[in-house]
Amino acid sequence: MCCNHCKSDLTLIEGVLKEYADQKGSLITILQKTQDIYGYLPIDVIYHIAERTGSTPARVLGVATFYAQFRLQPIGKYLIMLCQGTACHVNGSERIEAAIKQELGIEDGETTADGLFTLKNVACLGCCSLSPVMMINDETYGSLTPDKAIGILNELRAKAEESK
Amino acid sequence: MKVIVGQGSCGIAAGAQKVYNAIEDKISAFSGVTLGVTGCIGMCYLEPIVDLYEGEELFARFVRVKAEDAERILNAAQAMCLDDVADLLIEDEDKAFLSQQTRIALRNCGIIDPTSIEAYIAAGGYEAIKKVLSGMTQEDVIEVIKVSGLAGRGGAGFPTWFKWNAAKESKGDEKYLICNADEGDPGAFMDRAVIESDPHTLIEGMLIGAYTIGAKEAVVYVRAEYPLAIKRLQNAIDEAKAKNLLGKNILGTDFSCEMRIKAGAGAFVCGEETALIESLEGERGMPRLKPPFPAQCGYWQKPSNINNVETFANVAWIINNGGEAFAAMGTENSKGTKVFALTGKIKKGGLVEIPMGKTLRDVIYGIGGGIKNDAEFKAVQMGGPSGGCIPKELLDTVIDYKALGATGAIMGSGGMVVMDSSTCMPAMAKFFLDFTAKESCGKCVPCRIGTKRMLEILTRICNGEGKEGDIELLEELCLAIKDGALCGLGQTAPNPVLTTIRYFRNEYEAHINQKKCPAKECSNLITYEINSDKCKGCTLCAKKCPASAISGELKKAHVIDQSACIKCGQCVTLCKFGAISTN
Repeated sequence: MCCNHCKSDLTLIEGVLKEYADQKGSLITILQKTQDIYGYLPIDVIYHIAERTGSTPARVLGVATFYAQFRLQPIGKYLIMLCQGTACHVNGSERIEAAIKQELGIEDGETTADGLFTLKNVACLGCCSLSPVMMINDETYGSLTPDKAIGILNELRAKAEESK
Repeated sequence: MKVIVGQGSCGIAAGAQKVYNAIEDKISAFSGVTLGVTGCIGMCYLEPIVDLYEGEELFARFVRVKAEDAERILNAAQAMCLDDVADLLIEDEDKAFLSQQTRIALRNCGIIDPTSIEAYIAAGGYEAIKKVLSGMTQEDVIEVIKVSGLAGRGGAGFPTWFKWNAAKESKGDEKYLICNADEGDPGAFMDRAVIESDPHTLIEGMLIGAYTIGAKEAVVYVRAEYPLAIKRLQNAIDEAKAKNLLGKNILGTDFSCEMRIKAGAGAFVCGEETALIESLEGERGMPRLKPPFPAQCGYWQKPSNINNVETFANVAWIINNGGEAFAAMGTENSKGTKVFALTGKIKKGGLVEIPMGKTLRDVIYGIGGGIKNDAEFKAVQMGGPSGGCIPKELLDTVIDYKALGATGAIMGSGGMVVMDSSTCMPAMAKFFLDFTAKESCGKCVPCRIGTKRMLEILTRICNGEGKEGDIELLEELCLAIKDGALCGLGQTAPNPVLTTIRYFRNEYEAHINQKKCPAKECSNLITYEINSDKCKGCTLCAKKCPASAISGELKKAHVIDQSACIKCGQCVTLCKFGAISTN
């Protein structure tokens, strides 16, 4: 155990570990399935995975921090994946980014204080003909302008308010 | 009559799923009409696209369809009358987007149902593997591929037969065939389209490869950002297994091959084959020293062969039609066809497959219809972060490996991003260096530190803090990184900088000497100002400004507070009176 502060429910990944812990070369798969369960990779879970796979926390953390997919912090209700691919860049994604940052008061990789939005710049979503594009929780929004992007955020915010 | 909705990722992003659902909801009320899906047709700019098929014949194609058009389309399908839906029909001019192409790798994309092995078989699928297993030796296959001149479509352009032969010749019973579907170049999406739209083509090509090198296990390494591709490929693998096209004693022969998918986790460097192998083994994706090459010592230290998706997608066609038919297309040094993802400031963006030997102008103006808003063409970026920018003077460059290489760019995986005069070239170079610096795995010093230093210099140039001698310093760094980096990512990272300096040196000089951005893109070097003569005081810009930097009374000229402005350009886009200028 790494520390006494985090208390993740380790039984949640028992099934994953039973299936993969002894399979060589499956660390990335284990981490992907773990993140699906917790929404992120809690540090105590990383220690647990290291112990069960006969590895070290340094190695597991080394792999977890190498790949863009893994995160060590929980994310907001809405994950904004803002495409920064070449086509989006050419079509003004930086301006969209400036407007979103201004609206939410967060930087890339951060989450708003109310836990609603996380902003993440991503390499390419592959919807180049709709650029500039962002994806929020599996829904893709294309042909963005700063105004349109902020309108979408406001809609989601209102939706979250309603469901409270 | 069959209604077919094109459902590639970009179609779905444009609303194809909603269209499909709307049609599905209403279809029970119509007789003689069925509903189906297909993959990516490749005309991304017209999505969502809905086709009507009468038997195997395309009866009508509707473009930019919305969910509310569902009933009209169903009516038309039932009555076989297009009068009521004339506004949705594709225009002749847009039909030319497809008719000017020669499709081999994409031959089934947007035509067959990607979720059905029967559809692939009906289109002549799995005939090539039958032909191979019923009498061709490994050497025979290699000979056909050699004659075809097929070269690796992932970027390096290495002859496919040579890699296959090396893996075949390697000693050992345990060999692996790996497909690189870690399509990381921002702006390229042809591999995703192939997997989503025609997954069995990939499986068949891989089976032929596995037979040829003697592999019993095949792995497809797919980018994690492609969930739909993973889903469709998994479905296709299961279907093929059920038909004994994968697994033990395929089609009753001695040949056995298992296939599985490994989802990547997001790292551009994993497109490099030895880094990909490290990642497959569950490690950090850092490249290995070569030699030994994967053909001798790859996945789990066993002989392995790695090819890109598009390379495999050509294989079955070549076996069926002969190496000569493939080699008949193209130029002296580049045979066959190549798929390009045409994006950026282009009128008609999408997937384009053409024989090698056409010119850039043929693609950008002939097929792509020219530049958005009829603006002036400035450059085309080819090959992603490893490639370069080709200026308008070289628009008649022939598309083949040698000619593109001579411009300083590369063929790459086929990203073709078109730029107009509003794109700043030093900022473009900075954009790519930002990408490669972030994606550098950190193993070798020239790439890890070199790209970082280059990014710093480019950042200061774009911020108007460039110094005399910065261009020369950049050039020196570029050459050092090219020579010193361990893998392809580092060795090619300087290409965007070198080509933009070579063709657009004046823009670098304007940033450094006059502190001006000629394309008016670099936010530190521009200001937005409201022309008080033209401003009508409509208050729109003030209301919409995300930074609340604009103030003014109704019907009176407004002003921008420069210290609060975040340079998002929203006001310029919104102003109906053209009152806001960029200086």
